[in-house]
Amino acid sequence: MRPFAENFPFFCIFLALTAGIVSAVLPSGRAAWRLTLGVCAASFLLSMGVLAYTYGGQLSFTYTMGRFPAPYGNALQAGPWQALMAVVFSGVMGLSLLGGARDLFRDVKPSRQPLYFTMADMTLASLLALTYTTDVFTGYVFIEISTIAACALVMAKDSGPNLIATLRYLFMSLLGSGMFLLGLVFLNSITGHLLMTPLSGAVAALCASGGYHTTLVIAMGLMTVGLGVKSAMFPFHMWLPDAHGGATTASSAILSGLVLKGYIALMIVLMVRVFSLELTMEVGISNILLLFGLLGMVMGSLSAMREHHVKRMLAYSSVAQIGYIFMGLGLGTTAGLKASCFHILVHACCKPLLFLCAGRLSTVSAHHHSLRNLRGSGYRDVVAGVGFTVGALSMIGIPLFGGFVSKLYFATASLYTGQMAAVLVVIALSTLLNALYYVPAVLSIWGIAPDELKEDVRLHTAPEDRAFDGRFTLAAAALVLGVLALGTLYHPVMDVLDAGLNLLK
Amino acid sequence: MLDLIVTNRFAITAVVLFGIGLLNVMVQKNLIKKVVGFNIMDSAVFLLLASLGYVDGGTAPIVGDVGFHPLYINPIPSGLVLTGIVVSVSITAFALALIQRVYRRYGTIELDELLERAKKEAD
Repeated sequence: MRPFAENFPFFCIFLALTAGIVSAVLPSGRAAWRLTLGVCAASFLLSMGVLAYTYGGQLSFTYTMGRFPAPYGNALQAGPWQALMAVVFSGVMGLSLLGGARDLFRDVKPSRQPLYFTMADMTLASLLALTYTTDVFTGYVFIEISTIAACALVMAKDSGPNLIATLRYLFMSLLGSGMFLLGLVFLNSITGHLLMTPLSGAVAALCASGGYHTTLVIAMGLMTVGLGVKSAMFPFHMWLPDAHGGATTASSAILSGLVLKGYIALMIVLMVRVFSLELTMEVGISNILLLFGLLGMVMGSLSAMREHHVKRMLAYSSVAQIGYIFMGLGLGTTAGLKASCFHILVHACCKPLLFLCAGRLSTVSAHHHSLRNLRGSGYRDVVAGVGFTVGALSMIGIPLFGGFVSKLYFATASLYTGQMAAVLVVIALSTLLNALYYVPAVLSIWGIAPDELKEDVRLHTAPEDRAFDGRFTLAAAALVLGVLALGTLYHPVMDVLDAGLNLLK
Repeated sequence: MLDLIVTNRFAITAVVLFGIGLLNVMVQKNLIKKVVGFNIMDSAVFLLLASLGYVDGGTAPIVGDVGFHPLYINPIPSGLVLTGIVVSVSITAFALALIQRVYRRYGTIELDELLERAKKEAD
């Protein structure tokens, strides 16, 4: 008899999928919202259980669904790394939906609200499945599910620009998943496997014999770039600002904080378990990731500097932050990988916090979005102001906040690799650029508004918008605590990542 | 040379189809034609996948009245194609619904006209 805790990863995915179906037939958006929050909380707690079980025992287990053995049945693999990702994904998902609730119920038509939560549940299910899966093709199916769900989250607001942004997002995503599928077909045709464990053996054997080398490289490249397109790797990021900047607050938080990370999680699993870091390094994919990562860090920030719309600025900043993650992957060392994983966690806490706070600040300022019109908005909702400041400081990389630790680990990881100089220079430059747009943003939020702006905001802010938003406050406080915890208590997290990455192989 | 073409006929057709699809996605201004382009691309991948699992003279991998035929085609790629078709159909349905929505909102499905109208509205 296996321990009962081994069922938990499956329960999480199954709960999320079931909740998605049930949400669709619930009569009111509120009920669906409560159900979804419940599922997020349950999934959070269950994943915590998996984390305690796997990290406590330093083990990683395979859960075969329906006890069908490996080549026939579908299986999940869970270790400390997967469990930690699942904890963060489900926790942040719940907090985003909690904190963005007021905007959400205003932006989405009441008749469509249950369907919105269906899509949120599907997103959670696909994020968890992408983390836990052992089958590359299951990965592909959930990539597509996550594409549809994410597009629906963007278009939920149903305004003209949103629709166009969704179209763009959909076409780019289809291109990305098409490339992934093609890579998968090539890989399957030369190895004959789809499950990760035999696949990795077959890839190693191919490497040793030198057969089908070109096909293998093309397959790896297609899969990596396909996932890269979907997670907004630098030259393929053009869809992101419109999609993330224009959506309703909760959607922006989920898309920027989590959906992008789901694809990266799958990429990390592929790199570690199937292809091995040595091979990715040898065929030059690491260098491409590194180059795109470095470029993204700079170009994302440069675009963010030119942006006055606060949410679009945050969206461009996501491009830069994703660049950090790809840079870590591109270093091709375990240390770089670990730093990337840590940065995934930091960004998953920090960016939803920023989006939620920016959304709240706009709500209390007559729905203005430009930074100029948000002057002095920090005084109208102090929690949102403080939350935005904490998020911004973490993005810049001030000690005590999560962003500092990941930058430190990125810098340490780059030492003694061939690209040390380039990486260190770009990290320094990117920190400077981050400061150049986050500091003015924070200053303008805490600035003094001119009288006519104050008058305009006073006249055009509805009383129900001005009222204290307890759900937002709770979510923002939890995310602030998350960012601070990652910035101070990073040793235990790093230990979990260390153990997890070792067990992932 | 001719031999090579004949043995690789499925792969070559797949490449040509993929190219046609990709060209449609890139060049067409009409959104529905773009979606058709994606479908052609998907078909190319499915053709390639199905042909990879095909064994000349093989039968379907089913144990029937006559017992198990020793030569059977690889069932995994066929299974993948089926799943892939389902995914492709749902994505197509979603994209078409989205385009319909765009048409109701802006009255056009030509990409450049659409962007122009959206820009005019934003100003």
